[in-house]
Amino acid sequence: MASLHAHATAAPTLPQKLLRLNWPLVVLITLVAAIGFAMQYSVAEGNLDPWARRQMIRFAVSFCGMLVVAMIDIRFWHGSAYLFYGVSLALLVAVEVAGTVGMGAQRWIEIGPLRLQPSELMKIALVVALARYFHDLNPRNVRHVLTVLPPLLMIAVPAALVVKQPDLGTAVLLASGGIVIMFLAGVSLWFFAALAAGMGGLVYAVFASRGQDWALLKPYQYNRIAVFLNPELDPRGAGYHITQSKIAFGSGGMTGEGYLKGPQSRLDFLPEKHTDFIFTVLGEEFGLVGCVFLLCVYVGVLLFGMLTALRIRHLFGRLVAMGVCMTFFAYFAINMAMVMGLAPVVGVPLPLVSYGGTSMLVILFGFGLLLSAQVHGAVAFPRLSPFALLWPIRRG
Amino acid sequence: MPLPPKSRTEHDRSVFSRRALVLFGAQGALAAGLGARMYHLQIVEGAHYAARAERSRIRPSLLAPVRGHIVSRDGTPLAVNSHNYRVVLYREDADDVERTLDRLAEIIPIPPLRRKALLEEIGRTRAFLPVVLAENLKWEQFAEVNANAPALAGIAPELGFTRHYPEAGYTGHIVGYVAAASERDVARAGDDGPVLKLPGMRIGKMGVERVEEPALRGKAGLSRIEKDVHGRPIRELERREGTKGDDLRLTIDLDLQKYAMQRMGDESGAVVVMDIYDGDILALASTPGFDPNGFVLGWSTKDWVALRDAEKRPLHNKAVSGLYPPGSTFKMVVALAAMHLGIAGPGHSVFCNGHIELGSHRFHCWKRGGHGMMDLHEGLKQSCDVYYYDIAKRIGIDRLAEVARKFGIGVLPEIGFIDAKEGLMPDKAWKRARRDEPWHPGETLHAGIGQGYMLSSPLQLAVMTARIANGGYDVQPRLVRERNGERIKARSLRGIGIDRAHIEAVKRGMYGVVNERGGTALRSRIAMAGHEMSGKTGTAQVRRITMAERTTGVLKNDELPWNQRDHALFVAYAPADDPRYAVSVVVEHGGGGSSVAAPIARDVMLKLQFPTEVPDGAIPNGAAPVFVARDDDGSEDA
Repeated sequence: MASLHAHATAAPTLPQKLLRLNWPLVVLITLVAAIGFAMQYSVAEGNLDPWARRQMIRFAVSFCGMLVVAMIDIRFWHGSAYLFYGVSLALLVAVEVAGTVGMGAQRWIEIGPLRLQPSELMKIALVVALARYFHDLNPRNVRHVLTVLPPLLMIAVPAALVVKQPDLGTAVLLASGGIVIMFLAGVSLWFFAALAAGMGGLVYAVFASRGQDWALLKPYQYNRIAVFLNPELDPRGAGYHITQSKIAFGSGGMTGEGYLKGPQSRLDFLPEKHTDFIFTVLGEEFGLVGCVFLLCVYVGVLLFGMLTALRIRHLFGRLVAMGVCMTFFAYFAINMAMVMGLAPVVGVPLPLVSYGGTSMLVILFGFGLLLSAQVHGAVAFPRLSPFALLWPIRRG
Repeated sequence: MPLPPKSRTEHDRSVFSRRALVLFGAQGALAAGLGARMYHLQIVEGAHYAARAERSRIRPSLLAPVRGHIVSRDGTPLAVNSHNYRVVLYREDADDVERTLDRLAEIIPIPPLRRKALLEEIGRTRAFLPVVLAENLKWEQFAEVNANAPALAGIAPELGFTRHYPEAGYTGHIVGYVAAASERDVARAGDDGPVLKLPGMRIGKMGVERVEEPALRGKAGLSRIEKDVHGRPIRELERREGTKGDDLRLTIDLDLQKYAMQRMGDESGAVVVMDIYDGDILALASTPGFDPNGFVLGWSTKDWVALRDAEKRPLHNKAVSGLYPPGSTFKMVVALAAMHLGIAGPGHSVFCNGHIELGSHRFHCWKRGGHGMMDLHEGLKQSCDVYYYDIAKRIGIDRLAEVARKFGIGVLPEIGFIDAKEGLMPDKAWKRARRDEPWHPGETLHAGIGQGYMLSSPLQLAVMTARIANGGYDVQPRLVRERNGERIKARSLRGIGIDRAHIEAVKRGMYGVVNERGGTALRSRIAMAGHEMSGKTGTAQVRRITMAERTTGVLKNDELPWNQRDHALFVAYAPADDPRYAVSVVVEHGGGGSSVAAPIARDVMLKLQFPTEVPDGAIPNGAAPVFVARDDDGSEDA
């Protein structure tokens, strides 16, 4: 304990911090990214351009960013959590007002040369903000009914904005990430029971409203659900993506067609093959062996992330770490389920493998926070953090 | 009152750890579920999806087989494949069909009506199947389409084959023609249906092209082409060439066929020449002819209407489907029936006073005043109607019909032509079934001179003559002599059960018809020993001669409108002493058999026996000169 205490008090030097990093986790993350490069190279029919090279550059930049974030004291992130959340929320609103419509939805905002997807930023921002909220909360009050209202609001507002874009997938991801934080923070199980009942009611309302003038979802969203439930409904239209994806994926068999040889993806039968459907290409080229390998690597990242979280001595760090892990899990699970026809096509990328700047940046930023929490796992938080005034109930 | 810091942290951590474990367990379960799904898709259903993947990227396409050629007996091409430059459209490759057609129209004119029909066809055809937009293009047009291919999305220039008939009008009825398969053709073809729908694929609609369709068509090949989602071919994975259709050599002697067609001139009718032993049809002329190439390239409306509505019916193959009362050419069969049944031997004689009474009816001989005493030989030679009325009455219709069928009268010849007719040899059962009336004895008398209900085709008359000439064997006509260079064996002949001696008696009578004084076809005799012709004239009445007309005098043919004149018939075989060929000639509404049909038969028999030049003295002095064929190389004017 003495040594731990010493760590907490005497600020460690930068090399010490680097040494302390959870390197197995970093290696696993890099491995996933490397698989991504290989797949981007493959879908471009054995070319670095247009995707693989840019993906590598983005990873290199984001990776450095991750290390920088990891080196910054976790208390700084704790302090700026609400600010981060506020900025992300503002950007979401901005997207609503002045966003670029892409793929049938308002998702991007252009700031100079940067093309930003605020909904991606919000995934991490929400995790951090909720972690801060529960960290600052008096544990006695954590079971108080009223204390669940602010986090619910913090989740509902961005989720509603994202639904309006419309991006149902990201909204579900945000909401589930937020609720998991609440769960880990120790909110009463009764709350979750009530929530489940509420969700059931909402689902019922959604389906009941179909075709009414108060329809809760857009027709294409209903279509996606209907086609998800029965893809054969429309093999040339809405079900086409899923059907083609399943055909290409299933045709991989045990060991696949071989790298750079996936004929379905090669011949353009696959839509979005470099982004959302990259896993199908992997399935076609490497078969079950390749798919299970990637799944294991992902679960490995998750496992290392969680073990790291359990060793963190402050609630903020633990919640951030678990939140990042949960977000990461939600990404790959939803994407895989989607391309294998288990979930509707909702536009969630395969983390670190799909081509895409914002999601890579956000995921590595998240892992940066996780690592920061790990490196600074034993720091003592001030009694009142600088931005804690937003909620009066204080720790201690 | 705050809890001690340590215990609070402990509490926090234990709740967190428990819940984190629950969460991780849930995530692990979900990940395992994903793994199970992978296993299900890739292993359990892997083969199914692999097959579907194969299907969606590999397009098997049929390769049209090359149609077999048809040549005449001496090897002259009658039906060949010539190059066909055509342009097809694949709808799935065309962004905008209308615009593509607009652009194509700048190179190849597409009239509005044609355009409308094309758009309909394009709409009907499945997107990845081609639709022929234009065919038989000139090379210049084809090259221009090729050069502009990048601007013509969905258009593919193709080199195909088109059927060509070099001998055009001379062999139209025999060779027939091909045309695009109809929906019914496709349905009937079963497994071969898809082949028939290939662009440029044609199916035989008439003649040998139709009879031998399965053999001529050949077997389609298969090409498996890997295509991308847009239908663009990437590469050919496999190519199995089809099998070319059989090449056929017909029994038709083209020179003789041309000669017969020309010899008929403007007359409407038919000439059939047949080998009496192997059944080879050497000529099967039906006039007027038509050019089958018109069906391949398309008729203009005007030409088509003219052809379809012509009084002399050029599209009708009169040699196999024209039905005429055989008239006196049937008398040999009546005589044979009488002898066969033991009713009247060669010595049986009848006195002809110009008519015979039966009940209240009077049946006239063609010769007013009568022939006097007639026996079988004279009766045949002079074609005495009364003699045959007499013996037919004794035979009775049913027994006459039975013998007639042995000679192929009223029986469908085995030539396979879809339009071949079986004619009509009436009997009591037929009349009861068809007309629900009893048979009148007087009708037997009409049948005895080949009139009344009786109908037969020129081909049947040739078969009848051949069976007499060969001594009573069941020869059948055939048109195909060789298949892919392999000779087809002639059917072995079987006797039809008629006594040879009876046949010889009839043959002597037929010799008399042409070669003896008093014979009805004496003027058409061949005077060269060893080449003589034996035959029988016939004149088939088309209208009924009324009692009133008989008293005022029967109208001459010249006085009647064309379509009420008598049909002129003649059947013959040669050489008389050692026969080899049988011929039948029918000239529709031509007048008398002796004056019109017999000279044609004589000329054809001379051409047969002296293909290059008829020697002096082959015909007697004073006879009509032998017709000399024009040498026009075959195509026009036929």
